Amino acid sequence: MASLARRRATDHIVKAISTAFAALSLILLAWILWTLIARGLPALGPNVFTRITLPPGHEGGLLNAIVGSLIQIVVALVIGTPIGLFCGTFLAENGRGTQIANVVRFINDVLLSAPSILIGLFVYQLLVVPVGGFSGWAGAAALAVIIIPVVVRTTEDMLNLVPIGLREAAFALGAPQWKVVTMVTWRAARAGIMTGILLALARAAGETAPLLFTSLGNNGWSLDMSGPMASLPIAIYQYAASPFDDWVALAWAGALIITVGVLTLNILSRLVLAKMK
Amino acid sequence: MDATLSGTQADQALASAHKPTGKVSDPIFVGLLWASGIFVLVLLGLIIAMLFEGGLPALQEFGISFLWSTTWNPVTEKFGAGVMIFGTLFSAIIAVIIALPLSFGIAFFLTEIAPGPLRRPIGVAIQLLAAIPSIIYGMWGFFVIVPLMAAYVQPPLIEWLGPIPLIGALFQGPPLGAGMLTAGLIMAIMILPFITAMFVEVLESVPPMLKESAYGVGATTFEVYRNVSVPYGRTAMVGAVMLGLGRALGETMAVTFVIGNATRMSASLFAPGSTIASTIANEFPEAAPGSLKLQSLLELGFILFVISFIVLALSRMLVRTKLKG
Amino acid sequence: MNFAPDTSLDIAAAVNRANGVPSTTKLKVEKLNFYYGDNHALKNINFDIPEKRVTAMIGPSGCGKSTLLRVFNRMYQLYPGQRAEGKILFDGADLLSKQLDSTVVRSRIGMVFQKPTPFPMSIYDNIAFGVKLHESLSKAQMDERVEWCLRKAAIWEETKDRLHTSALGMSGGQQQRLCIARTIAVRPEVILLDEPTSALDPISTSKIEDLIDELKQEFTIVIVTHNMQQAARCADMTAFFYLGEMVEVGVSSDIFTNPREPRTRDYITGRFG
Repeated sequence: MASLARRRATDHIVKAISTAFAALSLILLAWILWTLIARGLPALGPNVFTRITLPPGHEGGLLNAIVGSLIQIVVALVIGTPIGLFCGTFLAENGRGTQIANVVRFINDVLLSAPSILIGLFVYQLLVVPVGGFSGWAGAAALAVIIIPVVVRTTEDMLNLVPIGLREAAFALGAPQWKVVTMVTWRAARAGIMTGILLALARAAGETAPLLFTSLGNNGWSLDMSGPMASLPIAIYQYAASPFDDWVALAWAGALIITVGVLTLNILSRLVLAKMK
Repeated sequence: MDATLSGTQADQALASAHKPTGKVSDPIFVGLLWASGIFVLVLLGLIIAMLFEGGLPALQEFGISFLWSTTWNPVTEKFGAGVMIFGTLFSAIIAVIIALPLSFGIAFFLTEIAPGPLRRPIGVAIQLLAAIPSIIYGMWGFFVIVPLMAAYVQPPLIEWLGPIPLIGALFQGPPLGAGMLTAGLIMAIMILPFITAMFVEVLESVPPMLKESAYGVGATTFEVYRNVSVPYGRTAMVGAVMLGLGRALGETMAVTFVIGNATRMSASLFAPGSTIASTIANEFPEAAPGSLKLQSLLELGFILFVISFIVLALSRMLVRTKLKG
Repeated sequence: MNFAPDTSLDIAAAVNRANGVPSTTKLKVEKLNFYYGDNHALKNINFDIPEKRVTAMIGPSGCGKSTLLRVFNRMYQLYPGQRAEGKILFDGADLLSKQLDSTVVRSRIGMVFQKPTPFPMSIYDNIAFGVKLHESLSKAQMDERVEWCLRKAAIWEETKDRLHTSALGMSGGQQQRLCIARTIAVRPEVILLDEPTSALDPISTSKIEDLIDELKQEFTIVIVTHNMQQAARCADMTAFFYLGEMVEVGVSSDIFTNPREPRTRDYITGRFG
């Protein structure tokens, strides 16, 4: 048995190291944010938002990439949110306790952390190869596959917080299940469900890998979803790895935009949830 | 009054005042719920089927030795997954080895040391690390960390540790900055928030009675953490580490920037390498539709899917059983 | 056609005598058995509930009284694995018949729960929700219905100026009366009350008890309660349940002053429970 003094000393040392580790993780966050601000802010001129991607030396911007990202994300949300919402509702309401729900929940949890690049490959095989070309639709579909598990998970978790009594009270008035769910249960959990959608949005906004083989990217201006479509993460990827200083600078500007957007969505969703509880 | 009405008559009498609600709409709604539930299963099935089918020709061409062959030569059209599987596992394990002590420390800090009002903000800040997109880590790693590694970290390590027998093999080669260690380091930062969050969740589920009885016999905070809390949550914590590993195995953009993308195998931490994900991201643009190279990339994807599926499934089982039991 | 044991007929007659006003049987439970999976929770229950009277069901936790209440409006059918056998005649029609839609049953037999369950919407919408399910009313008719049921539930004065504010902002007692108003608004014939005051303070409790006394003019009321004083105060008839069986049923004053069964006596004198 170690002496009391030694045990106390160990305790102090471990506490100091743990505190240092926590501080380190905060420093890393600050470091990454500082790098983004220091390199991205100087490049963040009006051109970024008003001009499309142009060859090096032509003072291009990221307009087409930003718009392309927004379109693909919105379409992905329109496809993915209802499926995720319904599946999460299935798990929390109809499937509760059944074997099939356990399997669906398990598979969903796996999909939640599945490598996103494989989602891209999958959609490439499913939608790009048969059609014979890259498209904004394929990009949106890949992002929808990213979104669905996030929405399923949060919807189920949030619906499980709604008291059983509230559902029973609605049933006791003679309401059919669809009214109980849409008007009472979803309503009671709406802040939580919104959180899930915001988190899914944040996740989709930053994803690069699923878009590489689906919407590909496009240096021109295009709103046509049936052809290759630009997106912010792909433009950043292309520019960051390029040898041209002005492109690299634009990549940092884009990185700053994406990170600020994603972190804002994250903090917002946490605030919505805190308000609910 | 005592005369019982016949079944249908009575039902009509009852039903006359109020009509059934949802006779039509409910089956449709419930059908949609079920369909969405089944959809997730179909989605997984489709992903597996598509990747398997796409990679099948490569598997037929190269046989099962595709799994360990270390050749990746687009010119001679000879492909094998050995280097990438090795790189995937090597870099992911480095990430977990770095992230694990950090997560233990931070979880200890968040559950036992941090003053109440600071707990949430610090916890949230650490979670924000998980929200930063992968490509941002890639850029930060490439422009900030790689030069630092090349200038300040790798040269002394190569000089001091390189000559030692056995361990020295890990510290060989020129200090390029990019390589396995750098990739593992960046991924460690990325998976750290996931592991920490689950550690904290598990540690908070430890019954206070257990901890109090340990404090009651004079244990220090750290002793309670090490001897009571951690053993109590051990299973779920292993699950949390597996989740981190699963995420690192499939990490793409960050790794692509910092791993060096060499299709050679080396035991050195500083040697450039490649993972399955980085190879797919890098080589896909140069692979023509229907080519053997594309099929090999799809087969790589299938292998990655199988590996991550096993790791993630194990992680889920460990976490769920513990948190429920 | 099966006849219930003679005792139940006697009791209906006894209730009539005790009240001076004749009443008919509203709900007639015949040979009811209930199962939670393999657990036999209600054993051969035969029991008559008189119209426009308050019937209390008492007994220790797990005795089956709440289970029976949830059979009356088929709430148990929400949960797979729970099943009822036997008959419950509602004005002569079998409530458990498969041909009968449970939404119809529930519109005729309303229920108020142990904890107040206001929906996350305005006071007005809480009431309109149930009404709209079964009737299509004009705005004016709906306004009228809302006022009618809030007055019935003795909460109109407190809510008339804030009908369109969230129901979640009300006190627990007010929320429970809103839930009663919401149930009345659908115009059921029977109201089931599942320990409606157990989550409330004494003042709110006495308001609800007064309300129950008012409501029996128009509705048949079945109340499950743990509070024997409450049963004695409110109920015309009381049934005592123990371990899934109905031990004794009778006019409340008889049950509480002169129980026939030793088990009933032990329970009401507080020897177990």
